[in-house]
Amino acid sequence: MAVQSYLWLAAILFGIGLIGVLTKRNALIVMMSVELMLNAANLTFLAFARQSGNLGAHAIAFFVIAVAAAEAAVGLAIVIAVFRSRGDVNVDEVRALRE
Amino acid sequence: MSVTAEQVTFWIFAVPLVITAGGVVVARNPVYAAMNLVAAFFLLAGIYVLLAAHLIAFMQILVYAGAVMVLFLFVIMLLSLGTEHFEKERHRAIQVIGALGAVFLVAVIASAIADVSGPAAVLSPGFGTVKAVGKVLYTQYLLPFEVTSLLLLVAIVGAVVVAKERI
Repeated sequence: MAVQSYLWLAAILFGIGLIGVLTKRNALIVMMSVELMLNAANLTFLAFARQSGNLGAHAIAFFVIAVAAAEAAVGLAIVIAVFRSRGDVNVDEVRALRE
Repeated sequence: MSVTAEQVTFWIFAVPLVITAGGVVVARNPVYAAMNLVAAFFLLAGIYVLLAAHLIAFMQILVYAGAVMVLFLFVIMLLSLGTEHFEKERHRAIQVIGALGAVFLVAVIASAIADVSGPAAVLSPGFGTVKAVGKVLYTQYLLPFEVTSLLLLVAIVGAVVVAKERI
């Protein structure tokens, strides 16, 4: 089966995640959309690993999963801290650095 | 054109995957969004198995569907946001521009996909298994692997420091 099918699936997943990041206001939904985009990148790596027979992409996918776990931990901690200080997790309302 | 078992399995996983991924973005309730994301991660693990990435598929379920999503659900329930926090949408113009930008990016990626060609490589026996990937991780990618452990340590300390009310 052609690698293009997997690349198309990854592109569609990345697009869905990007729509979520750009159009949603809730920080939790935005972070879930970022996870979708990271998974789309992983799928692309693994599709090309299957295409070229190179195991290096599997190592990269492993690192992406580890970085995503760290990102989720720190990001959710920031969401909790923002919620404590402002009582909301709306990404448009958090603009203390801009003012 | 005959239909292979791989194609059938691909579509069995791919169609629900796109639907659940869309559900993450469309869902009004954050718990529904999280559940859709868990389903998407499981289906993606199936796709990884199709690509002979057995270890990564296993880690996908273990780390993503297990650890990360438990963290997300825990925070959703800890914050216990009412639905009014989720019904406020962004300005309509921003939504349209965001969706158009995403579609444009997918179109750019599509033109790149069209350039990919060539037959798939013949895989060595044991491709994608714990033994093969572990060998690559502990030889060629040893330094990044060790740096990852440092990154996770920093993330643990950072998460505690940021989320704790008083140290």
